Amino acid sequence: MAAIIEIKNLVKKFGNVVAVNDISFSIDQGICFGLLGPNGAGKTTTIEVIEDVIAPTSGEILYKGKPRAASFRDEVGIQFQNNALLNFLAVRETLETFQCLYQNKARIEELTELCQLTEFLDQYNDKISGGQRQRFLLALALINQPEMLFLDEPSTGLDPQARRNLWGLIQKIKTEGKTLILTTHYMEEAQHLCDEIAIMDYGKIIARGTPQDLIRRYSQYVTVILPKKHFRFSPHELSLPYHEVKDTIEIMTDNVNTCLDQLLSYHIDLSEISVRSPNLETVFLNLTGRKLRE
Amino acid sequence: MSFRRFWAMLKARNLEFFRDRSAFGWNFLFPFLIVAGFGIIFGGKTYTEYKIGVFPHSPGIVRADQINMPDQFRKTRYLKFIGIPSAAEGLTKLKYHKIDFLLRIGNPPYEYWVSDASPKGYVVEQLFKASFISPDVGSQTEKKEIEGSSIRYIDWLFPGILAMNMMFSALGGVGYVVVRYRKNGALKRLKVTPLNAFEYLTAQAISRIFLLMFTLVVVWTGCDLIFRFTVAGSYADLAVVFLIGSLSLTALGLILASRGTSEEFTTGILNFISWPMMFLSEVWFSLEGAPPWVRNAAQIFPLTHMLKAVRRIMHDGVGLMEVSVEITILSLMTLTFLVIGAVLFSWNK
Repeated sequence: MAAIIEIKNLVKKFGNVVAVNDISFSIDQGICFGLLGPNGAGKTTTIEVIEDVIAPTSGEILYKGKPRAASFRDEVGIQFQNNALLNFLAVRETLETFQCLYQNKARIEELTELCQLTEFLDQYNDKISGGQRQRFLLALALINQPEMLFLDEPSTGLDPQARRNLWGLIQKIKTEGKTLILTTHYMEEAQHLCDEIAIMDYGKIIARGTPQDLIRRYSQYVTVILPKKHFRFSPHELSLPYHEVKDTIEIMTDNVNTCLDQLLSYHIDLSEISVRSPNLETVFLNLTGRKLRE
Repeated sequence: MSFRRFWAMLKARNLEFFRDRSAFGWNFLFPFLIVAGFGIIFGGKTYTEYKIGVFPHSPGIVRADQINMPDQFRKTRYLKFIGIPSAAEGLTKLKYHKIDFLLRIGNPPYEYWVSDASPKGYVVEQLFKASFISPDVGSQTEKKEIEGSSIRYIDWLFPGILAMNMMFSALGGVGYVVVRYRKNGALKRLKVTPLNAFEYLTAQAISRIFLLMFTLVVVWTGCDLIFRFTVAGSYADLAVVFLIGSLSLTALGLILASRGTSEEFTTGILNFISWPMMFLSEVWFSLEGAPPWVRNAAQIFPLTHMLKAVRRIMHDGVGLMEVSVEITILSLMTLTFLVIGAVLFSWNK
């Protein structure tokens, strides 16, 4: 599949701080690409350079094989993380205003239906709930029928129902063949939506691949969780890697059967056992560490 | 330049202005309240008034015919007599310039007190002394009336109040609003659309000019119904000068809008520009007799030239040709401000 966007040796510095440190990658047309990383890793800076909000210090960005032209802004849709809009305009009026700014125009009725805006279409855009706001901002990003859509932490601050609803919307948009570039803190979201993921830390891309590929490469362990009270001896004796988390012991194993045999041989009560399969969160923590950032 | 994009921004900004009821109302109410207030306080006369404290007398305003004093002094206009119970109280009021002159009422010889630090006190003292001179002195002087109708203070003040309102509205409505949009990310959202800075700024400026002129017409009409202003020149010429003046002030607002994300800092800069402009552009008082450097400094403000032209049309009845110097200066200022604003403008910082 042809790359819709290519980033070559991108560097962005703010004074002496290197926010993005010589990264290169490309994104194939029609996929959902996730950019993950802890706070301050450089995700938003990278996205904003690609979106042409800020200029790079050095490096090259190619859109459809060429440097971005004026038409780039007509062909991409952007949903920012924290975004105020024009005051005293209703949702419908804001959509109509933004519609006038583009050559390609989506039909507002279609967007209203797709993003479920009907119930608050005539309310001022600062008088709607968090979930409504995210759906509205998504509709605004789609107002020009973009080929490529940037979503910067689209579900931050949403309750589980609203988040699931938004994921459903994003999946619908994916089926239309648009390229999506997504940044998120939610590993479940990335695993659910993304075809390909890059994990950033300290301005560098430290891992890249499909979610399954990353899990296979960076988190082969299954986690077996048991209450600490069932251990009548030190977990050291098991000769398996483990963490103590609150009142539980989390044992890492690449073979659940062997681990269970070992636990049974120590006569440990397994009635409250739970087993967690490897997922992106373990990949993320394994790669970026468990130390609190910021 | 896309007219469609410009129009979308213009329409959005106008809707915002008309729907923000508090700001919208204040734009009309503020100049009206000031003009009405001055109209009531000064009743259309000059605002210079001399306050004479008289004691011993119960506190409050005293009618001149109720107290014993020279007839000539009693008949002098613009003197206000204020009753004061004791000399000590009167002296305190004199010390703090709450009154200009203190007089013991009763029979001659009259005793009076005056502060050497008070110019108005000096004037009253001379008037008081002159009231004892024989009325025959009057035969050596001859009073001549000025030609034409005199200009009431309210007529002189009114264009100043309107222009001042325009200045605050232009600087705040463009400068402050754009900085707020930059701070909250609304400009960043617009930047990633095909809208360019020229289209956006032109829409902001045109919207503000439309609103300034709309406000001007409403406030003028409203105030004129009450005060019946005298306009010696043409209303069309006045409208042209106000339009060019509002262009210039809005362009100055664009410089304010060009950079910055701090509303507090922008407010500081706005005050730094608007306060000297308000005081030196003869909004409230004439700079006649002010030091030359003050009068020269006033020339850098567009408000000075706008007001000069407006007052000449309104009071002297001149046409646009006679105020062409002011119009040229305002046009050049507009151009300069627009260039500076466009060069400095940033969507992000």
